[in-house]
Amino acid sequence: MKSRLTSLFLGALILVASSQLSVAQTGGLHMPKTVEAGAAFSIQSAGSGHATLYIVGLGQVLRREVQLGETTSFAPGELHSAGHYAVLLVSDSSTENGTFDVTAARQPSSLSFLARPSRVPVDLHDGISGVVYVFDTFQNLVLEPAQASFQLSGVAGAPQARTVLTRNGVAWMKMDSAVKEGAAQFVARVGNASDARVITQVPGDPCSLRMNARPSGQALALETDPVRDCRGNAVPDGTIVTFTETYDGDEATVDVPIKRGIARTEMPAHKGATISVATGVVMGNEIHWGGGQ
Amino acid sequence: MKGASRGMSALRLVLMMCSLSVALSVSGSDQPVVHVEPTDSVGPRVLEKQTEEAVIRDYLQAWRNLSGAFEDNQVALLDADFVGTAKEKLADTLREQTKLGLRTRYRDSAHDLQLIFYSPEGLSVQLIDTVTYDVQILDHDKVQTTQHVRARYVAVLTPTEVRWKVRVLQAEPE
Repeated sequence: MKSRLTSLFLGALILVASSQLSVAQTGGLHMPKTVEAGAAFSIQSAGSGHATLYIVGLGQVLRREVQLGETTSFAPGELHSAGHYAVLLVSDSSTENGTFDVTAARQPSSLSFLARPSRVPVDLHDGISGVVYVFDTFQNLVLEPAQASFQLSGVAGAPQARTVLTRNGVAWMKMDSAVKEGAAQFVARVGNASDARVITQVPGDPCSLRMNARPSGQALALETDPVRDCRGNAVPDGTIVTFTETYDGDEATVDVPIKRGIARTEMPAHKGATISVATGVVMGNEIHWGGGQ
Repeated sequence: MKGASRGMSALRLVLMMCSLSVALSVSGSDQPVVHVEPTDSVGPRVLEKQTEEAVIRDYLQAWRNLSGAFEDNQVALLDADFVGTAKEKLADTLREQTKLGLRTRYRDSAHDLQLIFYSPEGLSVQLIDTVTYDVQILDHDKVQTTQHVRARYVAVLTPTEVRWKVRVLQAEPE
């Protein structure tokens, strides 16, 4: 009894295994191993009679009623989403399986271009980064390596250009910001596809700060020289400059925004007072009023 | 006659066991086995451990919700984990499935993950995932086939307010 059961069990296993083998075999189902997205292709079946052909993937599903033994053609653009596809041919008497891959079209059509930051101080090494993802006309990521070129052209000086090879559909690079303030055009190009961003290059921190003083009635008129960064760009209006007067152990402070490149204020004209000026982390000169500068 | 009947019962039992094993492998209630390749370098930006863990957690969650969305043709299930191109393409497929009366059961059993790129401004992460899964195709609720698949996926994730979302999910030939 035991041996009979064993032989039955083995028989059943062989039956299941052989039936799975026949399903796994593509048999009369002939299809390409890979298809370029949007390209025309065909699937050939064997036998006779009516069947249903399924092409199933995460990016698309198709179903066709077909005649076995005939070639089923798919028009250009019909299967356009890159990915892995299961192919299934179901007739009354049999089921045949297969798989194939759809790859992105080779020709880039659009770019997803991330350029950061949108505002950057001038003269900053590796201050601007660009990342580009390359897509075909069907929004598939183009995984084949391609030359990606980046160009940053500003208001002055020669444009900076870099060329890098995409890997897995992405390319990136970093560039220095220009020494002159102003809007720069940042362009990425892969094949015929291009995309542009505007990077605003703003002056850096003030480089040096100098003020002068003159009597103005009972007060002292204080005025800075034009405030510039280390590359000579005018520091933006609104930047705060702090004037501090120390006299007889007391301290008075005035914060003044820069207007038209210069900060101005008035403070009491105490003889023997010391007046200092600062903006951010930059200290300017000191004036000792009444004792000369 | 009695022996033949016993034989038939045993055969039925064996076939039931086989069906059960297939059903179990398809239902895949177990968590997939996840292996993450060491990330020595991911390009221009250092990938912190916490970020890496968050990316992987959200990516795997995306597969879980994708599975649910494709089984029930529910586009809304994609909202939490997908964005942009990936979401549009998957949603289009679900609408097409609904139109054709199809459903698909994706059961991922293993992920072999490698994070390959973290963009300099921190706005995208790219990974490669060799996924092993079963896909069952149902036409008007009738199971047509189950395929065992091993495929290499390229995914791009971008950060949103609270999580990383999949922006690109694309299989490529191995």
